[in-house]
Amino acid sequence: MKEYTPAHVGTVTRYVVIESFDVTPADLAIRAYEISKGVMIKETCFGLTIMGEEKEVDRIIAELRKVDPAHIFVKDRGFPPGDARRCRSGLGGARPGFHGMEFEMTIIPYVSHGIEELEKRDTMTVPTPDTTPGKSILSVYKLKKIIDSQEP
Amino acid sequence: MAKVFIYPSTSLILADLVARYGHTPLSSAIAIREHIQTAGFESSPLQITPEDPKKGLKWAAVEVPSGVRGRMSLYGPMIAESEAAIIIEDADLAFGCMGCARTNELIIFLLRQKDIPKLELRYPSSEEEGVTFVVAIKKFLEELGKPGSAK
Repeated sequence: MKEYTPAHVGTVTRYVVIESFDVTPADLAIRAYEISKGVMIKETCFGLTIMGEEKEVDRIIAELRKVDPAHIFVKDRGFPPGDARRCRSGLGGARPGFHGMEFEMTIIPYVSHGIEELEKRDTMTVPTPDTTPGKSILSVYKLKKIIDSQEP
Repeated sequence: MAKVFIYPSTSLILADLVARYGHTPLSSAIAIREHIQTAGFESSPLQITPEDPKKGLKWAAVEVPSGVRGRMSLYGPMIAESEAAIIIEDADLAFGCMGCARTNELIIFLLRQKDIPKLELRYPSSEEEGVTFVVAIKKFLEELGKPGSAK
């Protein structure tokens, strides 16, 4: 076994994902470069990857969120940007983990709408979500109905 | 500020909403980062060493596949550390091989067993559901700051 010497110890890496009609990852990258100090910023197709000291990364993210608060989403990443174990430039195909993010990108517009509506609505009047067990399971009777409707 | 375990633990939406409303999300990236920033023997890609399935024995028996035990060495300490949890039921992205699928089942089981405030909901599929989804999470996270929050 080879000895392992970790790189970038003590840093954090965060994804800044933008799902907006008005702001592009390039706009966000320019804003991030303007206000950053001693962090690594990588522009991606979905937003940015920012790596550096936690305090500085959080400061930049807090500023970036102001650009489009309801459409910017942030999450942690374990690996630093461009890490050979994860970066698709060396591996080919999509980065492991991208498909999960791609799936959530289809839901983010609803969540963004929810965040925007929070400002306008009284939260006390909003009903609680329906979490009835088995709601998402397709009933056999419904399945039979679908099959019957497709048969001539 | 409470430590909130999120499931699916790679969820961008949950990680963002928890951080947005002032709490700390416990996601898989935190555990992975800890592993890859710790010196030792090289065990690419995630630095899961033979020691990790042994640590996983705390949460899963020795007959359980080592994949589950290795994964539990990442998630187990975070579940122990968590002060609240948000679980998305039937999340389409939380699927996988035997290792991932069984670990996911075990994570949900352990979270349900633990005496902490929990919120279980589904991903929204319309704008109106998006509103109820965000409001439910916001109310839940606001309650966490108050003494004697509901479990």
